[in-house]
Amino acid sequence: MAGILPGKNQIPSTPPSRGNRLSTFLYFRPRLVLLLLLGIPLIWMGLIYLGSLFTLLLNSFFYLDGFTGLIVHRLTLATYQNLLTRANLDIVLRTGGMAAAVTLLDAILAFPLSFYMARFASPRIKSLLYMAVLVPLWSSYLVRVYAWKLILAKEGILSWLFVKIHLDGLVNSLLSLPGIGGPSLSLSMIGMFIVFVYVWLPYMILPIQAALERVPKAFLEASSDLGAKPAQTFRYVILPLAFPGVIAGSIFTFSLTLGDFIVPTALGNSSYFIGQVVLSYQGTSGNIPMAAAFTMVPVVIMILYLMTARKLGAFDAL
Amino acid sequence: MVNPSQFAIQFINVSRHFGDVRAVDDISLDILDGEFFTMLGPSGSGKTTSLRLIAGFERPDKGSIILHGEAVTALPPYEREVNTVFQDYALFPHMTVGENVAYGLMIKKIAKEERLRRVEEMLELVRLPGLAQRKTSQLSGGQRQRVALARALINNPRVLLLDEPLGALDLKLRQQMQIELKAIQQRVGITFVYVTHDQEEALTMSDRMAVFNLGKIEQVGTPAEIYEHPATSFVTGFVGVSNIVSGETAQLISGSPDPFSIRPEKIIIVPMETEIPPEMVCAEGRVRDVVYLGLYTRYLVEMDGGGDLVVIEQNLKTTSMDVLSVRGRHVRLFWHRSQIHRVR
Repeated sequence: MAGILPGKNQIPSTPPSRGNRLSTFLYFRPRLVLLLLLGIPLIWMGLIYLGSLFTLLLNSFFYLDGFTGLIVHRLTLATYQNLLTRANLDIVLRTGGMAAAVTLLDAILAFPLSFYMARFASPRIKSLLYMAVLVPLWSSYLVRVYAWKLILAKEGILSWLFVKIHLDGLVNSLLSLPGIGGPSLSLSMIGMFIVFVYVWLPYMILPIQAALERVPKAFLEASSDLGAKPAQTFRYVILPLAFPGVIAGSIFTFSLTLGDFIVPTALGNSSYFIGQVVLSYQGTSGNIPMAAAFTMVPVVIMILYLMTARKLGAFDAL
Repeated sequence: MVNPSQFAIQFINVSRHFGDVRAVDDISLDILDGEFFTMLGPSGSGKTTSLRLIAGFERPDKGSIILHGEAVTALPPYEREVNTVFQDYALFPHMTVGENVAYGLMIKKIAKEERLRRVEEMLELVRLPGLAQRKTSQLSGGQRQRVALARALINNPRVLLLDEPLGALDLKLRQQMQIELKAIQQRVGITFVYVTHDQEEALTMSDRMAVFNLGKIEQVGTPAEIYEHPATSFVTGFVGVSNIVSGETAQLISGSPDPFSIRPEKIIIVPMETEIPPEMVCAEGRVRDVVYLGLYTRYLVEMDGGGDLVVIEQNLKTTSMDVLSVRGRHVRLFWHRSQIHRVR
């Protein structure tokens, strides 16, 4: 038998190189390869990411002793009780409302562009549009926010433009609205809203575009073949299939807005947002438990949001 | 002469070009109402483009398309009374089987109860009763195929278009679906236009068929006509297996050097000393190769005048030992004079 099979003695070969031996060793040990591949990211995710989230959760059940200014390491719901005051709930509602509004407008703005990119744009136009969407992300987000502060300022280019095209009256009446108004666009919720919509827009465009790109042309043909006019095809085929993309994008825009403290600090009418509150609690006042409890709010909101999205069937087409 | 109202589809000098490629090149074609019509051809022959022209996914650059006497050339797909079964089925992944089948009725705003009733009827027709609640991802390839068929048929189209619908199925399932499709067609009485590159499928199912090549139609006819009397050398080579004999061998056999075709199963192999009846043509050669295929045996005979002939004989009484012993022998071949087809 050994004579028939191409045994070792019959192959006039050099001994296998070290790299070769390693390849062979790994080839027969798929579990080891998996471990090598996933080990480091899993340790990272498990220890550093989930670990710090857990620490956060744990801290939110401690509380700060008002007299001594020290953190009492005993499990209690006292911090959460403090969280549920009227003023704090206002902050939560304001932040959540802003995040929802930003997400909605981002989705409305992103969909047509993504649709055009996925369905109609020539490869050249498409890569140009990709660049247009992605290049702003290369510059610092801080720089862009402060640039917007200048653009929106009372003496800024936008106010100048509104005067030129006689829209200043409209803008001023908008700014005189209670709650969302302010002395100028840069010092109002409206301005903050504009900047939020701008900075998170790419995060909405990319997933929607990817989702639309994955809808085969045959589905659209099948729909029109079965009698659906283009608007019906959009309503019953394209939109449901793009919906997971919208949800993915909204997770970005929603959670990024919920946790942001730069934009509300740079712009806005000095009403507090969650991010700013967390920053000040853990910084100046050293109230880590309260900061942790506030941080749990966006986490809980996001969990509820994802559960609702799942219920609505957003992930059915995945 | 056929009455014009009997035409389900007419192509009148239809052309469709993609850049320099003439996908469909000045085609005229009549498809009769209620027939099972197959468009057969290799890939890139224009058969699928022709189907898409009927469906309305493509617009012709020239010519017009008539559907039951009405010009539909300018109509979008959703205004044509035809439905399509797509090659990869194109079932909507976000809908259940029932919702997929009911899609056309939902678009037409037909009441829910009637929709459900007709979906169940259709699922019974394609032999998938009770699967309306399933997700399409839970179905096998054959089942998806049937759902796609039900989704198209539920709209009562005047013409059903099928674009290589069995291409993704395995051989056994294909053969079963061929019979079933034909049975369904006869039951519903709708014109079926069926695109395939599989000549056996075309021969099995069609009432009539058109053989496409390079954007043109080579021949239209019943399967028997096309098989027995192929009009061009392309049809001869594409439909079934054929020997093309030319040059000196052709001169020896038929008295003319013009090429002719002969089907391998029409040739009879006999020992050298056998007398050949006068109405037969005869040739001699040496058996170079024998392949025993169970049901039949395929011989490759090297002709004395040059060139090879493939001969197929059924294994009626012979065994594998018998046929394999023929290898290397000098033999006499003969066939009926009428089996010789001059090819263009």
